[in-house]
Amino acid sequence: MSDTTVPTISRTIDARGSFCPGPLMELIRAIREGQVGDVIAVWSADSGSKTDIPRWAEKAGQRMVGVFPRDGYDEIVVEKLR
Amino acid sequence: MQRILVLGGGVGGTLSANLLVKKLRTRIERGDVSVTVVDATGEHVYQPGFMYIAMGGEREQNLRRAERGLLDPRAQLVVGQAVRIDDDRRTVELADGTRLVYDYLVLATGSRILPEAIPHFDAEAHHFYTPEAARRLRRALDAFKGGRIVIGIAGMPYKCPPAPLEVAFLIDSELRQRRLRDKTEMHFCSPIGRVFTIESVSEMATPVFAEKGIEVHTFFNVEEIDPANKVVRSLEGEELPYDLLILVPPHKGAQVVIDSGLAPGSGWLPTDRETLQVKVAPDKPDGTPSPRRPHMYALGDATDLPLSKAGSTAHFEAPVVAERIAAQVRGAEPEAKAGTYTGRVMCFFEIGGGKATVLQFDYNHPPHPPKPNRFWHLGKIAFNKAYWFTVPKGRV
Repeated sequence: MSDTTVPTISRTIDARGSFCPGPLMELIRAIREGQVGDVIAVWSADSGSKTDIPRWAEKAGQRMVGVFPRDGYDEIVVEKLR
Repeated sequence: MQRILVLGGGVGGTLSANLLVKKLRTRIERGDVSVTVVDATGEHVYQPGFMYIAMGGEREQNLRRAERGLLDPRAQLVVGQAVRIDDDRRTVELADGTRLVYDYLVLATGSRILPEAIPHFDAEAHHFYTPEAARRLRRALDAFKGGRIVIGIAGMPYKCPPAPLEVAFLIDSELRQRRLRDKTEMHFCSPIGRVFTIESVSEMATPVFAEKGIEVHTFFNVEEIDPANKVVRSLEGEELPYDLLILVPPHKGAQVVIDSGLAPGSGWLPTDRETLQVKVAPDKPDGTPSPRRPHMYALGDATDLPLSKAGSTAHFEAPVVAERIAAQVRGAEPEAKAGTYTGRVMCFFEIGGGKATVLQFDYNHPPHPPKPNRFWHLGKIAFNKAYWFTVPKGRV
C-alpha cells in the first residue's frame, strides 16, 4: 500500500522489540480487549508480521486497513469488526 | 562477604548455583562468598517427564528428587516461598517473614500454568503440565473408544513448544496400535498461522500431520469452552466439537517478580539477550536500550527472550550467568565467549512410531531438524534417564 495516511488510531501497540509470533499475539490481546470499531495499529520490525497479521485478520473477520512501511519497521493497521 | 542468592531450584537455578560453587570454591571455603538457593518446595522436578506419565508409562516418583542432593554441599538451600524482592535494599522476603540479603540475585523463578484463566478449562480440558493432569489424561485415553480428539494451545508462550505436537503424534501412534485410529478424528489447533513458531520446524512437522491424517486448524485462538455442547470456539469464529479435549493452558511468569515491580503483568522478566541481566524496563520503542541491573540475572522460563521455554534453554544460559557473576565477584571482566549467551537451545521432538528428531538453534541459526529416526527417540529416552546425573550437576 503506497498511501501513508491511516484512519484515526484507537490504540497503538509497539511490538518492535518482539519477534514472531509476539506482534500477532499482542494484536489478538488488543482485539479481545477492544470494542467493535476500534482501529488498532501494530508496530513491528519482524518481517513475518507483514504476512501473518493480514492472514490472521482475514480468517478472524477483521478489516485489514493496511501495512505502512515506516522507518525501520511496519505499521500494520486493523479495524475490529466483530 | 559477597552473597549470591538464587531464586528457584529448577534446572536454571540448580545448575547456576553448582557452577558458581565450582568457580568460586576457594572464596566460598574461606567464607568470603556464599551461594544460597531458595526453593518453595525443596524438591527438584523434571517437568519434561510429565508428558510421559500420560504417554509413556512414566511414574511421578521418578521425576522428583530432593534439591539438597543435587546441589553441591557448599551451596546453601533455603526452603521457602519468595514473596517480595526489594532491589533497593537488596533483600528478598519469604512468606514466613524471613529476609535474605543479596549482593547478586539470580531469578530462576520459572513459569506457571493458569488453566483457570479460561472458564471450564479444569472440568473439560486435559493437559500434561502437572503429574495429576497427566494421570487424568492417561485415564481418559484408556477409556477412549473412538470419537473426536481436539488438541490445541490456549496461550502463548508456553513451556516446551514441541509438546502439544508430540502429544498429537504419540496419541495417533497409540490409537493405531489399539486399532482405534479409524474410529477417531483428530484435530490440531495452533494460535498462529502455522503449526509451530519456528518456520523450519513447521515445514518439517506440517507433512507429518498430513501423513497421520490429523487435521490442522491455524489461527485458532481458544476463546470459549462450551461444556453443554462439548464444543471449543476460537476468537476467529471457528468451532470444533470434541469428545476428548487436550489444551496447553495459558502460562505466566512468577507472581513474586510481578508483585516486586520487576516484570509486567505477563510475569516475563525483561532480560538482556546476551548478558541475561534483568533490564530496569523493556528497551525503548526507538531501540534505545533501557539500563540493565548489573547484579541481577534471569534465566530459563522466567525471561521475556524470544526462545523456547524449556529446560534446555536454562541449561545453556546457566554457564553464562555463572561466568558473569563469578567475574564480578573477583572484580574481573567476564570472558567474552563464556559470558555471552548466543540463544543456544537443543530439544528432542517425538514424531510417534518410535521416531524423533532434534531441534538445535540459536539467535542467528534456525533449526534444521534431521529426518526423524529411532536414534533420536532413544536419545530422548536416554537423556531423560541420565538427567539427574548430568544436567543439574553441570556434567554436560
